Amino acid sequence: MRYLSLSDEDRRKILQVIGINDIDELFQQAGVKGSIEIGLGEKMSEPAVWSHFERLQSMCNDELVCFLGGGAYDHYIPRVIDHIIGRVEFYSSYTPYQPELSQGTLQSIYEYQTMVSKLTGMEVSNASMYDGATALAEAILMAQRIKGKRTKVLLPETLNPLYKKVVNTYTSGMELEKVWIPFNGETGYIDVDSLSEHLDENVLCCVFQSPNFFGIIERDMEELIEVIHQSGGLAIVSTNPISLGLLRAPGDMGADIVVCEGQPLGLSLSFGGPYLGVFASRREYIRRMPGRLIARTVDVNGRRGFVMTLQAREQHIRREKATSNICTNQQLCALATAVYMATLGDGGIREVARQSFAKTEYLKKELKRAGFSLPYSGITFNEFVVDLGKKAKKVVDVALNSSYAVGIALSDYMDGVENHLLVAVTEKRTKVEMDKMVSILKEA
Amino acid sequence: MERLLFEMSKEGKSAYSIPPLDVDDIEVEKVIPKNILRSKKIGLPSLSEVDISRHYTRLSRMNYGVDVGIYPLGSCTMKYNPKLGEDISRMGGFTSLHPFLPERAVQGALAVMYELGEALKKITGMDAITLQPAAGAHGELTGMLIIRAYHNSKGRRPTRVLIPDSAHGTNPASATIAGFKTEQTPSDERGRIDIKALEKQLDEDVAGMMVTNPNTLGLFENDMPEVARLLHNVDALLYYDGANLNAIMGKTNPGLMGCDIVHLNLHKTFATPHGGGGPGSGPVCVTERLREFLPVPIVERDGDGFRFDYDLKNTIGKVGSFFGNFGVFLKALAYILSMGDEGIKRVSEDAVLNANYLRKRLTGVYDIPYNYVCMHEFVASGRNLEKYGVRTVDVAKRLIDYGMHPPTVYFPLIVDEALMIEPTETEGLDSLEAFADALIKIAEEAKENPDILHNAPINAPVGRLDETKAAKELDVVYTEDVGCD
Repeated sequence: MRYLSLSDEDRRKILQVIGINDIDELFQQAGVKGSIEIGLGEKMSEPAVWSHFERLQSMCNDELVCFLGGGAYDHYIPRVIDHIIGRVEFYSSYTPYQPELSQGTLQSIYEYQTMVSKLTGMEVSNASMYDGATALAEAILMAQRIKGKRTKVLLPETLNPLYKKVVNTYTSGMELEKVWIPFNGETGYIDVDSLSEHLDENVLCCVFQSPNFFGIIERDMEELIEVIHQSGGLAIVSTNPISLGLLRAPGDMGADIVVCEGQPLGLSLSFGGPYLGVFASRREYIRRMPGRLIARTVDVNGRRGFVMTLQAREQHIRREKATSNICTNQQLCALATAVYMATLGDGGIREVARQSFAKTEYLKKELKRAGFSLPYSGITFNEFVVDLGKKAKKVVDVALNSSYAVGIALSDYMDGVENHLLVAVTEKRTKVEMDKMVSILKEA
Repeated sequence: MERLLFEMSKEGKSAYSIPPLDVDDIEVEKVIPKNILRSKKIGLPSLSEVDISRHYTRLSRMNYGVDVGIYPLGSCTMKYNPKLGEDISRMGGFTSLHPFLPERAVQGALAVMYELGEALKKITGMDAITLQPAAGAHGELTGMLIIRAYHNSKGRRPTRVLIPDSAHGTNPASATIAGFKTEQTPSDERGRIDIKALEKQLDEDVAGMMVTNPNTLGLFENDMPEVARLLHNVDALLYYDGANLNAIMGKTNPGLMGCDIVHLNLHKTFATPHGGGGPGSGPVCVTERLREFLPVPIVERDGDGFRFDYDLKNTIGKVGSFFGNFGVFLKALAYILSMGDEGIKRVSEDAVLNANYLRKRLTGVYDIPYNYVCMHEFVASGRNLEKYGVRTVDVAKRLIDYGMHPPTVYFPLIVDEALMIEPTETEGLDSLEAFADALIKIAEEAKENPDILHNAPINAPVGRLDETKAAKELDVVYTEDVGCD
């Protein structure tokens, strides 16, 4: 048994020390009687397990040209990241409950918090949540803690449909009224008039997603946030962190809480996880934040060190009064994104954002030239909707035969858009691939 | 002391390289209005790859992991993380899969989820499973929402969830987020659920009960079938917190105990790494009658292949963006296949042997308030050292000087000055002996020279840290300017 370290002789010695004859008697004395057949079969050797997974891997189309987005993006991942998160001292450790033995983890989170704050334009960041959707749900719960008696939550219909489901599930135990704000059918921007109609003293928060599910950047974000603030509610912004290389930070435009799916920052697609919930807020709300928070301090000799702080918000101290139930979060993913941000620096993030944007514009132009129409005129970042004039789901399926994942058919998520395809472009896509994509869409 | 990334930063350095743009560049300002364009620098550091690699390597050396030595954190199950799983999770055929790919392009990934689900159902004795929750507490929330949905489907609105006083803090926190009020059930003098007290608490307003078995004292709750019967009498559901499943595999299972819902921690029981605090994975298993409440989608067999089933009648919806922490599933499945029936059972046996060895060695040296044959962990107390002015925290910090990670301290709350010790099955006898010897030596030091303990650790990268200052100043973000491009 290659992962067990007791020899048969050790087991006998231990039984002797305990003063018990055999294993069965040990379990019986502990209160467990008998044993059961699990039905997992025989143990497998290391090469046999490896072959098993190679076979499973071969049952996936892995060498696809990927134009899929919807919250997860195929960006280039610098090699150095995997080497760093592969350090056993990082990945085989646990939550830094003993700070003297966890300075590596703690300092790296402090640096992560700092870089997230800078990128989002916010004053503070926590150590991480599970993913972009749960981070948004937790942001709404946090807004409720801050705004006490208010019960109305405004959300855009253009919010990622998976996030909608998670928000609904997370808030199902709460007495909250959710109002879905429609979008302008021509531009894809949130409908400002409709938003204004729902504003009153009962609004606890409004969620904005920019870029939204259609890839559209909310052009009037600053004004929208201002309008929410006038009603006394909080503004929560869900965004794509790579877009912030090009776009103004939500914190700079007045957002109270900013959440992101952290996957674009150096995490592999990995069939949807593990990803990372990025969570940043204004400093005045720090005590209402969910999740871990790391602070700089000094040790008994005055040397700089780092510790978990404000633990009285957390479940292991506060139990039912905690700000969240989160315990294990996504620390190693946060480390990976920290290495990503440090590797790219300002210039790199700007370049990845700029190239993604320029390539998206190129593909939009080529698609229009090929006779396709783009149903929304709003400004986009790295993703957009195209009307194929034929069933998108069918096209997606056909394109797979040419090893192209051309996009997400929107008919799975909304009514009346059978021909609409959501297409994402990262810096990894080449002109050749995009030209081929256009011809595939034409021929399909 | 390692400098911060921002202190190392120098303008003009860079570590990234991507190919030049191969389409016409766009003048961003012509497309995007100025008021939503970034005009300020971000303020990320400028570093070379050498700087970055060395920085993080030095930081890693200020960390302690399972691969460094014994890590006996009670209830955290810090076992060895097999390298095979690490490499499998990096196979390109899995890492490159986008979650929006059509099912026919990801049959192998669905097979992984199906195989893992089937194995976990067998281990727990349950009928259906979701792999979506990303961690144990996330599984608890999922389970609590299922309990809520179950009662709602019958037109009932019970408001209370019972939780033993020895439970993890996540239990009451999760039940509260699901909209329940929580109520403590006391432990009896044997350290188990007080059945008489439980009987008095039960009525139609109780939605369910969350039980960890073995409990956090490392003791087996052998009255579980009776607890289940009592709960089911008032149509309440029994929730099994799988944090301590490592003790009982192949011996019994939550299904046999009468449990309705079970969450597992793949990062504890199934050897996937804790990652310094995640990513974990917290699958939830249920009995057949609760299948319709699971989050969607779940994986089903479909002829020779597999498909996602989104069509569950009373689903609670979704608890995460996609399908869960898939990368973690690969590692857990690789572990289960490597162990097989025999190995998994041996895991529990060795875990229990190791814990009892340490319990026996430390009896008489430290107080052990519930000193019965334990399962995979036990709780000692440092209160017998209080007469020397020494507290449990001092014992823990001194262990660091002996090059070992301390146990969980000050938990469970029902034991004063608690030291909660879980060696796990992956420790060998030499390692256990060294750990016991160190704790025995420390108890002697406490008597002879308590200041050695008060001043510990002295062999760590830092000494004891000022947590009051940290909470008062709340320096959680480095705000000085960074030299960058």
